[in-house]
Amino acid sequence: MNKLLASAAFALALAAGPALAQPTDILNASYDIGRELFEAENATFVPAYEAANGVAVTVNQSHAGSSAQARAILEGLQADVVTFNQVTDIDRLVDGGFVAADWQSQFANNASPFYSFPAFLVRAGNPKNINDWADLARDDVGVIFPNPKTSGNARYTYLAARAWAEEEFGGDQAQVEDYLTKVFLNVPVFETGGRGATTAFAERELGDVLITFEAEVLSAVDLLGADKYQAVTPSVSLLAEFPVALVDKVVDARGSRDLAKAYLDFLYSADGQRIAAERNHRVIDETVAAEFADRFPEIRLVTVEDTFGGWDQVSEEHFADGGLLDTVFVNQ
Amino acid sequence: MTRSLAANALIALAFLAAGLMLVVPVALIFSFALREGLDVYFANIIHPNTLHAIWLTVTTALIVVPINIAAGAALAWLVTRFRFRGRQLLISFIELPAAMSPIVAGVVYLFLYGGQGLFGPALQSAGIQVMFTPLAIVLVSLFVTAPYAARELIPLMSQQGTEDEEAALSLGANGWQMFWHVTLPNIGWALLYGAVLTNARVMGEFGAVSVVSGAIRGQTNTLPLQINLLFNDFNVTGAFAAASTLTLIAVLTLVIKSVLEARQNG
Repeated sequence: MNKLLASAAFALALAAGPALAQPTDILNASYDIGRELFEAENATFVPAYEAANGVAVTVNQSHAGSSAQARAILEGLQADVVTFNQVTDIDRLVDGGFVAADWQSQFANNASPFYSFPAFLVRAGNPKNINDWADLARDDVGVIFPNPKTSGNARYTYLAARAWAEEEFGGDQAQVEDYLTKVFLNVPVFETGGRGATTAFAERELGDVLITFEAEVLSAVDLLGADKYQAVTPSVSLLAEFPVALVDKVVDARGSRDLAKAYLDFLYSADGQRIAAERNHRVIDETVAAEFADRFPEIRLVTVEDTFGGWDQVSEEHFADGGLLDTVFVNQ
Repeated sequence: MTRSLAANALIALAFLAAGLMLVVPVALIFSFALREGLDVYFANIIHPNTLHAIWLTVTTALIVVPINIAAGAALAWLVTRFRFRGRQLLISFIELPAAMSPIVAGVVYLFLYGGQGLFGPALQSAGIQVMFTPLAIVLVSLFVTAPYAARELIPLMSQQGTEDEEAALSLGANGWQMFWHVTLPNIGWALLYGAVLTNARVMGEFGAVSVVSGAIRGQTNTLPLQINLLFNDFNVTGAFAAASTLTLIAVLTLVIKSVLEARQNG
């Protein structure tokens, strides 16, 4: 019986924990494959913050698909900041009253300290001579990217290919759809997420080209060896932002706004930007970007806003059931 | 009596099949965990996040098992010692958590205590956070493993009947004396067996816990979640090292179970 009482007391103590005032810890709810990046950012932020403010702090990490994280926060996950890879998932927090509607103007560059875009990974020497989006529709090319129905990563790939095709064919919808259908038919298997697609391409040796974020492409070359794989930067691609925001409802309740803001500001600092660039994310700080210029070839990027009229319109026109994606994704 | 050649072949086949399907995967866990050497193996296990996951998993089991054993014994007592309207219905209700998918249990708890759930907003305005804390993990574990003790006890207690207890009462024992000296010794092994099953299930639970945990590293990641996370992060050795600790606990549980069974039968 004593054990029972002790257990109950323990459970209550656990429940009461987060109510303590003046927190020295914050929780960063982030996307699935951002773990190494934010572990490195935290390792530099924590001592820097302590040196400046004399307070030892902790940054806790939670990683899952950013849509799943948005849902968890709506259900009560006490995240002080979010670092996502989908703008639409922060918009869901705005709709739920957790994040201020003007979040994109609270930090520089639409609150996106890093960015990336869909790029190509091919086998060393580029044996199939794949250089741009046109090559993906060739009969002799096997293409790997995840399922756009389940993967945000693949939605960017679909939109980037479409953006290229719209320009190439001068907006002729029949030709654009014909091109995209051919690209989809060249995909032997649709994985559910970005990492799964990388594994299919690298370990199961499926296809001739993997399309995923440049950050993942370059990391794959680093990890798997430049003697086996090489990156190809297409002529044009679609800007993929990595947006950050304060979760106002949580930081106000916990009194952690200053620390949370300091953390997000750090991601914009030269140190924070350098850590992101080292892990193959393109950064907005021009000095840091110049230091890593060798790693990141020039590319022309178009945006969802300019080319497709924003994410709301994209969701409605392209990704809704029976939308434009379904007309070209014939082998789903 | 000598066995025929065919019988021996079949027995050999059974061993081969069991070896391939059961022993090899378990052996593989340890070979993967140890493939970079013992020092890497221990470094993986004493990584703070993995160590915390072990601690959280064990603590959860230490809370959940006694509660569910006590509740299970009380329930079994109620339905085997008394006849009342709705008794069969109650027995069916006890089985419910075992019959439904754990992920459903997790989602149900989210809809009860989540920020958009039934009680969530009221609890939050009172400053009580349930979801995405260890408390949520304890609650869903309690739910998921609720039937195991009662399941073991109900058939045994129905079969034993009430004669021993009636004898104790007629000899002047009070309720507690009867429970401690008559009932408990009769059901002791079944109770322990129920505890072993409950414990195995609590420690291994993934689906329900993953919904309510929030996956905060070093705070609400249980061992199964930590294994999944390490695996997704391409840290295969770390994942298998963590998996080996869970496997060791499982093996230990099996050994305890076998010993209990042997003593019960012997």
